[in-house]
Amino acid sequence: MTSFSTLFAKELLRFWKVSVQTVVAPVLTSLLYLVIFGQVLEGRVQVFEGVRYTAFLVPGLVMMSVLQNAFANSSSSLIQSKITGNIVFILLAPISYAEFFWAYVAASVARGLAVGAGVLAFTAWFVELRLEAPLWTAAFAFLGAALLGALGLLAGIVSEKIDQLAAFQNFVILPLTMLSGVFYSIHALPGFWRALSHANPFFYMIDGFRYGFFGASDVAPMLSLVLVTLSFAAVACLCLALLKSGYKLRT
Amino acid sequence: MIAGLARADRGSVTVLGADVALDYRRARRMLGVVPQELVFDPFFTVRETLRIQSGYFGIRGNDAWIDEVMHHLDLSAKADANMRSLSGGMKRRVLIAQALVHKPPVIVLDEPTAGVDVELRQGLWQFVRRLNRDGHTIVLTTHYLEEAELHCSRIAMLKAGRIVALDSTRNLLAGFSGPRTTARVVARDGTQHMLQMESYAELERELARLRVQGVEIADIELERPDLEQVFLQLTGRDS
Repeated sequence: MTSFSTLFAKELLRFWKVSVQTVVAPVLTSLLYLVIFGQVLEGRVQVFEGVRYTAFLVPGLVMMSVLQNAFANSSSSLIQSKITGNIVFILLAPISYAEFFWAYVAASVARGLAVGAGVLAFTAWFVELRLEAPLWTAAFAFLGAALLGALGLLAGIVSEKIDQLAAFQNFVILPLTMLSGVFYSIHALPGFWRALSHANPFFYMIDGFRYGFFGASDVAPMLSLVLVTLSFAAVACLCLALLKSGYKLRT
Repeated sequence: MIAGLARADRGSVTVLGADVALDYRRARRMLGVVPQELVFDPFFTVRETLRIQSGYFGIRGNDAWIDEVMHHLDLSAKADANMRSLSGGMKRRVLIAQALVHKPPVIVLDEPTAGVDVELRQGLWQFVRRLNRDGHTIVLTTHYLEEAELHCSRIAMLKAGRIVALDSTRNLLAGFSGPRTTARVVARDGTQHMLQMESYAELERELARLRVQGVEIADIELERPDLEQVFLQLTGRDS
């Protein structure tokens, strides 16, 4: 247990020491999105009855930052450790592959939630928000961060160089988050694109998270919860199997 | 393989009876490894690094021992300095301290003197000898055979992943089948003469023989067989 909590604490301390870059910067980015899109689209787009566009936008932005930062935390920590070689300290220690997995994922969840809370705190200043179903919000924030933390770990294990990881981040994670309905409701899309959005796992996380705020969503939150949980279970199993085999970590 | 960084294709490795694959927690607790490369985590200070390392091994509240290790390695003044700001030699000391936080009975030094300055090298060997006297088993891997000859009581020689010899230093030297001793004589006219003898007792007779031939000796160099020759002989036989 001490091994796990130490690795977890080390991962927390790592991003906390550079919190301007890992927490403050992403909060600022989200605020810019809110100011720009809110300014341009306020009054032109209405998704839910009686919900202003800016208010609609906030939960999506919060969840998007939760997801992107959870991914960034585990993936960048692992790839840095692999490239600088200090991963050896973890590999030499009596730490099981499961402890390794959960420590990285838990730290990613912490960073994702910290950034999400920061975005929410600042954006709540601009718009009036109420939480219709806070438990749904919490469940999606938590599970979404865990899923992206595990995906980040997976990307970190598989990548050998920073640019491979960056490619994964820029060509997979970023498009999927941007096209997940953060800025629009997928009901506003033409049929083909709407169907395609249903194949995007990020859509369910954003949609379910948003349900917690407005009590309204594009699909039933329970369906989203099941899909996100199953996705997490699948990625977690893959990660655990890779870590157990020592893939690209031990020779 | 001993430390679990690589996996054996077949066979098994145990550390004081603990199998490194089946009982890896116990095996790794008994092992302190000083890696060859100067690796460090740039996010932390020396003390944080050592505390984290202790935690990995399940030890909390290890500050008394951490202070002692830092003291012996002359690291106390740098305890709160960031790892990034340390010189190469200092980073090497932190690596040694990291291997010692959990007081392992077996310490593996992987080429500890590669690229290390003379002063640190002397200090390092002194400290390692102390650890050895205190009951730690030291496993040294090195390419410098004179280091092995000087410090080790038992030596394994590997070539292409196979152990070609495993014995005490004395027995390895005794088993050398070439000439026991050699004298290289350089004459005043620049010619060289190699004298091969069973022992230095024969040196006087050999030199007398040279003088009879009219050789005027300008310089003389004596060589005993060392581990390098033993190694070359052992591995040469294989190839």
